[in-house]
Order: sequence, then C-alpha cells, then structure tokens
Amino acid sequence: MKDFEFHRPASIKDAVALVAGTSGAKYLAGGQSLLPVMKLDLAEPPALVSLARLPGLADIRVDGGTVAIGALCTHDQVARSADVAKAIPALAALASHIGDAQVRNRGTLGGSVAHADPAADYPAALLGLGATIVTDRGKHAADSYFKGLFETSLADGELVTAVHFPVPRRAAYAKFAHRASKYAVVGVFVAETAGGVRVAITGAGATVFRSAAMEAALTSSMTPGALDGITVPADDLNADAEASAEYRAHLIGVMAKRAVAALR
Amino acid sequence: MPKLTLSVNGQPRTIDCANATLLVEALREHLGLTGTHVGCDSSQCGACTVHVDGRSVKSCTMLAVEAEGAAITTIEGLAKGNDLHPMQAAFKEHHGLQCGFCTPGMVMSACDLAARNPAPSEGEVRHWLEGNLCRCTGYHNIVKAVRAGAGDMNGGK
Amino acid sequence: MGNAQGIGAAVKRKEDRRFLVGRGQYTDDVTLPNQSFAVFVRSPYGHAKVNGVDAKAALAAPDVLAVLTGADVAADGLGGIPCGWLVKSKDGSNMVEPPHPALAQGKVRHVGDPVAMVIASTKAAAKAAAALVEVDYEPLPAAGLLANAIAPGAPQVWDEAPGNVCFDWHIGDPATTDAAFAKAAHVVELDLVNNRVAPNPMEPRAANGSFDGANDQYTLYTTSQNPHLTRLLLAAFTLKVPEHKLRVIAPDVGGGFGSKIFHYAEELLVLWASRRVGRPVKWTSDRMEAFLTDAHGRDHISNAKLALDADGKFLGLRVHTYAAMGAYLSTFAPAVPTYLYATLLSGPYDFPAIYAEVKAIFTNTVAVDAYRGAGRPEATYLLERLVEQAARQLGMDRVELRRKNLIRADQFPYQTQVALQYDIGDYQATLDLALAQGDYAGYPARAAASKANGKLRGFGMSTYIEACGIAPSALVGALGARAGLYEAANVRVHPTGSVTVFTGTHSHGQGHETTFAQLIADRLGVSTDQVEVVHGDTDRIPFGMGTYGSRSASVGGSAIVKALDKIVDKGKKIAAHLLEASVADVEFKDGQYRVVGTDRVKAFGEVAFAAYVPHNYPIETVEPGLEESAFYDPKNFTFPGGTHLVEVEIDPETGVVEVASVTIADDVGVIINPMIVDGQAHGGLAQGIGQALLEEAVYDAEGQLTNGTYMGYCMPRAADLPNFKVGNHVTACTHNPLGVKGVGEVGAIGVPPAVINAVLDALAPLGVTDISMPATPEKVWRAIQAARAGKGA
Repeated sequence: MKDFEFHRPASIKDAVALVAGTSGAKYLAGGQSLLPVMKLDLAEPPALVSLARLPGLADIRVDGGTVAIGALCTHDQVARSADVAKAIPALAALASHIGDAQVRNRGTLGGSVAHADPAADYPAALLGLGATIVTDRGKHAADSYFKGLFETSLADGELVTAVHFPVPRRAAYAKFAHRASKYAVVGVFVAETAGGVRVAITGAGATVFRSAAMEAALTSSMTPGALDGITVPADDLNADAEASAEYRAHLIGVMAKRAVAALR
Repeated sequence: MPKLTLSVNGQPRTIDCANATLLVEALREHLGLTGTHVGCDSSQCGACTVHVDGRSVKSCTMLAVEAEGAAITTIEGLAKGNDLHPMQAAFKEHHGLQCGFCTPGMVMSACDLAARNPAPSEGEVRHWLEGNLCRCTGYHNIVKAVRAGAGDMNGGK
Repeated sequence: MGNAQGIGAAVKRKEDRRFLVGRGQYTDDVTLPNQSFAVFVRSPYGHAKVNGVDAKAALAAPDVLAVLTGADVAADGLGGIPCGWLVKSKDGSNMVEPPHPALAQGKVRHVGDPVAMVIASTKAAAKAAAALVEVDYEPLPAAGLLANAIAPGAPQVWDEAPGNVCFDWHIGDPATTDAAFAKAAHVVELDLVNNRVAPNPMEPRAANGSFDGANDQYTLYTTSQNPHLTRLLLAAFTLKVPEHKLRVIAPDVGGGFGSKIFHYAEELLVLWASRRVGRPVKWTSDRMEAFLTDAHGRDHISNAKLALDADGKFLGLRVHTYAAMGAYLSTFAPAVPTYLYATLLSGPYDFPAIYAEVKAIFTNTVAVDAYRGAGRPEATYLLERLVEQAARQLGMDRVELRRKNLIRADQFPYQTQVALQYDIGDYQATLDLALAQGDYAGYPARAAASKANGKLRGFGMSTYIEACGIAPSALVGALGARAGLYEAANVRVHPTGSVTVFTGTHSHGQGHETTFAQLIADRLGVSTDQVEVVHGDTDRIPFGMGTYGSRSASVGGSAIVKALDKIVDKGKKIAAHLLEASVADVEFKDGQYRVVGTDRVKAFGEVAFAAYVPHNYPIETVEPGLEESAFYDPKNFTFPGGTHLVEVEIDPETGVVEVASVTIADDVGVIINPMIVDGQAHGGLAQGIGQALLEEAVYDAEGQLTNGTYMGYCMPRAADLPNFKVGNHVTACTHNPLGVKGVGEVGAIGVPPAVINAVLDALAPLGVTDISMPATPEKVWRAIQAARAGKGA
C-alpha cells in the first residue's frame, strides 16, 4: 500500500475542505471496501480523511414515517438496532447478512452507499424503499442516485452524512450470496410503500435497478404467484464465473418470489 | 515517520510507523505480537481478527492509525496469567484447533459472539464464523468449542 | 497410570496452549537480526519468452539490496529444482524431465513463474522496487487447460515433450481385461473429470534464509512438512552445500495438506540470496501468490469402463486417464497419478482383471502434485461413480451391489490386479456400521420430509480403500522413487525419567506432540507431561522423511516403538543388575521392572537414574546413559478403508446443494487418540466436500488462473458444512508394531463420490444422469433445466 497523508478532522466542514484540498483524497469511514482495494494498489489516494471523529453521524432516529440512519452507523449497529428492527425489519435483516461479522463491525452505511458496489446489499434497500441520501450539501433521491458501476450522483468531495428510509407497510429482502465473497449474486428488495410497490435488484446489473414489470404485477396481487412468467431480460445482466446472466435472470425471479413470501 | 500510541492489551505502546501501516502490521512487525496472523490479502480469512473496543475486526483491514485511542485486545491479551480464557480453554477441551494458524482469529471472533449471545445455537455459530476460515478441522469441533466457551464465559464456569 | 494416557486415550493436546495464547511460532513470525525481505517478480503470462530483464530502476530504489535473475542463478551454478520420482513409459523410456531453474531462464511457463527476486531492507521497499523491474515478455501460445493440452496441435509447453506427454504409463493386464470385457453381460462407462483444487493451508508458504559467513553455515526456516527432505534436496541438488553446513527448521507450520512437502525454489533462493547480500532474507507468500505457486491437486480427465456379469459381479475394469503435471515436475508429481492412483483402482472390491493407462501431460499452469489423498481420491471418485452408475443401469440396489463385490474378510491378505497386497480389513463391517449409524433404514422418511418442503433429497455412498503409511523403501525404489521412505526416531530418557522424543515426522496440525507422547506413556508408564516431542529441526533430529501420505503414526510411530524396545531392553539389563537377578527373569510392565513372580521391582525412573549415575551398574557390559535411535522401514503400505454416506438436500429452484448429513465408518487401524482421529476425519471430510461442491482452481486456455483469491475460490466455511457422524471399526494392521493404519486422508478420499452420488440420486427423478465437481448451484440448476427440456422434447 502506498503511503498517504492521514487526517482526522472533527467537523464535517473540515472534512469536506480537506478532501477538496487534495486532488484524489478520499474519505475513510469503516474502510471495508476502500482498504482492500488500496492493499492491492488498485487505489492510491494521496490522502485519507477519516470520518471517525465527526460528531452526530452514528445515530439512528425513527421519526414518524422515517428511519434516519447516520452515515457512520456500522452494519452491525443497524442489524442490532431495536428501532430499525421495529420500523423496517427487512432493513435490519439485510444489514445482518452483509459481509461477515468483522466486516459488519467496521463497515458503515455511508461507506457502502458512497462506494455503490454493484453487488452490495444496501443499495437494494435504498432503492427499494425510495430512500433519501443526505449529504453535506443537499439531498439525493435514491431513484436518481445510483448511476452505474461504482457511479453515483454525488459530486466530487460530496460527503454522505445520513440516509433517510421511509417506513414501508411491508418489506423483505432475499439474497443469493456469492459462495466465496458473500456479496450478492442477486439480491431483491420488495417493499409496499406509500408510493406503491417497489422492487429493487442488486448484484445482477452494473448498479441496482428496479423492475417495472414486477412492480406492476405485484401491484395487482402481492403474491409470489403474481410473478410467474415475469422475467428480467438477461441481456444487460452481469455474468461471471459464479453466475451467468441467464442464471442471474432466473435467480431474480426466485429471489423476488421469496422476498414477497417473506414480507413483513 | 509519524509516532502513534496504541493501547494494546491494556498497555500503551508507542511506535513509529507510516500512515499506510495496517493494524496487523503494527501488531506483528512493530510490536512483535505475532499471535495475530495473516492468511489472505482480500479480507476474507479472519486469521487477523482482534478486538477493537471489544468488537472483533480484521486487523488487516484497518489502519493502525485508526486504532489510536481505542482499546485493542489481541490473542496474547486474552488469558489471565496462566489461566486460559474460557474460550481458549473450550477450544482445547473440544479439540477446536489443529495447526493453530486460524485459531487466534477464531477465538477472538468467538469471544465477540459470546459477548452478544451467551447461548448461540449451532446455526448461529456457523453463521457468525462466516468471516473465519479454517482448513484443518472441518469446523465440527470449533462449533462445539464456541458453544461451550460461550456458556463458560457467561457463567457456566 | 500409563493406560489413562496411553494408546486409546483421548488425551487433550499438549501443543494447544501455545497456539491458543498466540505463542505459536510460524516461519513468518521469525524475524532475524538484520533481516531483509524478498519479493518476487512473477510472470503474468502462461507462456512467454523472456527477452530481457531490466532491473536498473529497481536497483536505484530506496533500501534495495539486490535484484537477482535467472542469469545470476545460472552464473552461480545453482541446481534446478529436482523431481523426486522417475516414472517410465510403457515402452520403457524415461519420463520427459525438463529443467526447472529456480528463476526463469529464457522462458516462463506458467503465471507465477518467478523471473526476478528483489531484496530490500523492508518488505514495503522490496514490493515497491519489484514493481519497477521491467521484464520484456514475448507471449507465446499456451496450453492452460488439460483438455486443450491433449488436443492435436496444442501449444507445446516443452519442445522435448511432443503432444505435451510427460509419460505414457500403464498397469495391469490388458489381455485378461479384454477377456473379461468380452464375456461381460453389462458394461458401464463414464467420462469423468476430477477438478483441479488448490490446497490452501491457512498459513501461506514462507522461507527465511540466513548465511553465517563466520562459520560457513546456512540456516533455513521454512514452511515444510519434511525439513530433512528439503535439506537433502538442497544439499544434493540445488544449493549443493553438504548437510552439516545446512540447518533446516520447519517450526510451527500452519497446515500443509501435501502442498508443503515439496522443495520449492524460494527455499533455495533465500539461502543463496542471503549469502549474496550478507543478511538474512525472508520471503512470505501472500494468498494470491499462494494460489499461483503452491502445487495444486487432482486435475484428471478419465474414461472408465466396468464389466459385470449378469448377476452384478465385477469382471473387469478398464481406465484411461490424462493427468495434468503443470509446467514443471514437482517433487512427487509423477507418482501421484500412477503409484498412488492406478494401484488403488481395485478399491475394496474383488476384481479379477484391471488395466489402466495414464498419460501425464504438461500444461502451462503451476505444478500438480500431492494434495490430501493424492491419487487415491481420484481413484475412489472414478470407481465409486462407476459403481453407482452400474447400480442404476442394472437396476440393482446400490448397497447390495457393493456388498456382492467387496473383498470378504476371509480373503485377506488380498492380492489386487494392480500390484498392491491388502493385509487386512473388514469392509462389510464398516459398511454395516455406517448404514446403522446413518439410519439408512430411515432414509425414505427423510426423503419424503424433504419433498414436503419442496426440496429434493438424495442419498449417496462410497465404499473405499486407500493405501498409506508410505512406504517400503525397496518397493518405492523399484517404482522410481529417488529416496527411501522409512522414518527415524530418537528417544532420550533423562536422568529423572522424563523423556524427549525426536521424530523425523513433522506435525502441522496432526497433534504428534500428544499422540507420540502417548506412545511413550503407554510403554514406559510415565505421564505425557513428562514427555516432550521434538520435530522440525534437522540439527536436533537425527533424520527423517517427514509427514505426508498418512505415514506419521504407522512409520514414524513405529520407529519410536523400535527405539522404545531398545530402551526397555537396555533398562532390563540395568534393572537385572540392580535387582540381582538374571535378565531373563526380569519383565517390564506398567512402568516397573519386576523379577518375574516376585514383588521385587525397580521403577523405570530408578533405572533411568542408575543409567546416568552408574555407581551400582553393570558397567562392563552396559554403557551408561539411556538414549536410543531407530529407523523403521515399513514392510507394506497400510490400507485404511470404510464407508461414507452423504445425504443432500437440493433446492430445485436455485440449484443450491445443502449437505444434510455425513456419516462415516472407517477402519483406520488401532487408534492412539480417538479425539485426534475424529478431528483428522472431520478435516478430510471438509476438504472432500469442498472439492465436490465448492472448490475449483479455474485456469483459462491462456493459462490465467481466473479465481485465485478467496473472493473467487470458494473455501468451505462453517455454514457450508454439517456436523459429522464418525464411527470406527478396527482391524489392526498386521505388519507394524502399533497396528495403526492412518487417518489423515480418509475423509478427502472417501467422501467426494458420496456427495456427487447423493446429488445425482436427488436429481435422478428429474432425469439428470451426470454432473461434474464442483456441483455448483448454477451447474445443478442447468442440469435440471436440461433434463426438463429433454423430457419435454
């Protein structure tokens, strides 16, 4: 790993200024995605700006119809939060299956959301629930946030500070994990929200996406059987040694049905 | 090189190290605490698991400088003098180790589980150990040991 | 007292404490004064010409001490890495044995082939400088896959090996086999692939070499299963420094599974480099490097035919196998698909005729060599898939077909058609035990319950045998081994009666420090706490051949027993003197020398003390001291065997296979420590299930390893496996003093076909007839799709 400058600011303002001040500088939250990449010299940021001492970013608040989770909340914290489990049990369950125990102890919501790994779990929840990504300078709707492979609508240096999840009537997440990496080969998040049924699929494409066909079918009838015969075309899906595009397309159908069956 | 003070196994330890130093490198190469092992380079195997403020983390995926101000416990800090920690004792009692290489990480990880769940089921132990690879034991006896150790840590002994 | 800790007792392991408190000492834990660090520049190509290496920028980088290349290796006259086994082709010609320079000279032949060695004062500096070494590669067509390497017109790994054939070997009698097939009522045929797997001990390889110029002495710390063998090869072939100037230490070793048997170039290079830079040189593999450079296992393509009579009795077996060798011949590589594979093709069955041909093939990949089981899993997989297929094809019960053909207990010693003579076994007994422990009778109910849950349940079994405890030196010598395979031991009784045992075997998880102490406790009546077992250091241990092929207890343990015999005998002479009796009247039992039929006794400790304080002593006829050495050369292989049962549950929607239960009944001979024996079986099972369902090292045609990290290569995790039911039925080995056979490999040998047979059993109602290892979810799903499509058509 190439050496770098290390900063540990105490305010969001300073953090943002530090990243803005060095070309290529990166924020460091839990480091569970960034450090593995740096260890392989696939990223060589000249400076890391640790978020560890920023105040107020590790809180979970349930306020009426919204669960607001600070960007520095670890996956473990979300998984074990009684408030999250009560308001959106599917979100707590999703967090409890990210990576492994040690990763969940360090990895953060904000880190995952900013990194936007195509096989990460959280993006499915964000898109599936129609969450709002809150940053140091504004808000992004999940529907327009995930742009492509590791690509988001965040501006350079923009810092995710929280994610606001609207509480759905019911939701569930079903994941088919990569046997080796434990990332999602396919993960389907299904939610009945105030704005309608949402189906978000992670792991299968360049970034998380919704299935309009599934949403329409489930709007008519929220049953696994309603998804019979509805397929997501394999053409644009990921293909790798673990799963071909065709198999992923099939798994989307299976996982979607399982999520529907598990709604609560 | 920057000076860094870490609290390791209850003692302050000051080292000179580059910012890019991983916690596991600080432990093994700067402090000579070689009980924490490195078995992969993709943050998967868990042989490097230590506790940071009581939580199990992979010390190969954390910078030493990030651990400043935290209480770090390594496998060397678990036993009280000559008395094995209950989880260590359970691994011995149930033959939960063979070559010993994954063992420190396994034990540290298991202690974190036991602190949250005093009576984990077999399935809970197997799920929890997703971040720890063992090539020798087939996990059968590790699972036994973790369940027994969790019981012993939580008042069984 | 001896019995409580002796043979058969589940003594807790003596070695555990240091591992549990983080005080194990593995090779990378050793940092020597003035330590420097090596990083290798390795080929990114499967096959390429190396037109030049430019090290100028690397040499100019901070803290760099040297950059060494193949030219330096040649100039200094280092020997090539040798192969330890010569196999001859059917026509009598020697195998093709290409050169294997420690650093590539002129060409690289697999991804990971080392081209240059960068040595610097810190690991980080060495790594940074390695990135600055410029190698001018000219890529060549590669034979990355075994299937491609055997095709006509395939790229040539070696000019001297046309068709990439290393050797074309055979065993058995073609004529009697042809005759058997001619009269067969049924012939069952299968094409099978045995998937390539990476051993993956959790501790990556490492080597730390130091040269002490003042004493002209080399010391190597290395991750080895056999430090003496490494020293022998360094002394005789590669470093060319005599043994007394060369110390090899294999301290705690974090698993091996075969991959740490072999002499690797890095071991030679760190010693050589240490002399050149004047500082100790340490190299530690990272995991990606391990995937690319540790010898892999398996990688066979086979065709197998089984001839049966109308009643299902086996008449003959004909096998043709292509076995990948990789680009260079690793230490035991040629022996694996020949003497450790084809000689096992009779399995536990009474076969009147067998003929097997094996073609060993060079590929542009890392070497293939012994991995847990080494040849025997490949033989067992082939045979047990074939037997299962026969049962299905003939409509016979799978258990009864096996029962009908198993060698009966009264047929031992049993001479197979493929050279081995099994001394003893009771295959019906282990079959019955497994069926009872696994509640075979209750299987239909479990299958129905799975079905009710929307799952497909399958039952699979294998009855298997293996040959281990390698091996009689004269026999293996006749078969091409270039070393003996005896074992050595030294037992040193100290004046107070405590004991140090020096063994030439090496423990890297097997628990020898405990089991061997139990041998002493059993024989001398001392507590295991009074025994220290020392292994892994050529300066402390007389000699040894190391640990592999489940040989440590049967060969190494027997050497200890022989040394103990000498100790007891000498003690008898001393005791007779002390007891004023004739030697013939003194017996040794339960830690005491006794004049037969009297209560006149001398404790073993008193005799030991007298040996070192020989005031009242038969000094004219008996030397002082109590220390004996012994070498033991086995008379035969040992033949563990048994029955493995697996039940799987398949999710037909996703193709995910869950291992629902594993029940095994083995005969591993006399059991020294049942706790450790069970643990060895568990570990082997995990690796066998891993091969069957999860693991495969996937090369592409160009020789790129496509999944060489833990993000791609699927190691078995706790959640992938069930608890194991392990049972034992003992028949004592007839030709070693302990009656032991070996347990290290049984799990990896017996279980893979049982898993696949179970998968196929589950899928049979859908019309699926074949699936290859590993049975991944997508593969299973595709098989189901294809079968359904076939049915619909």
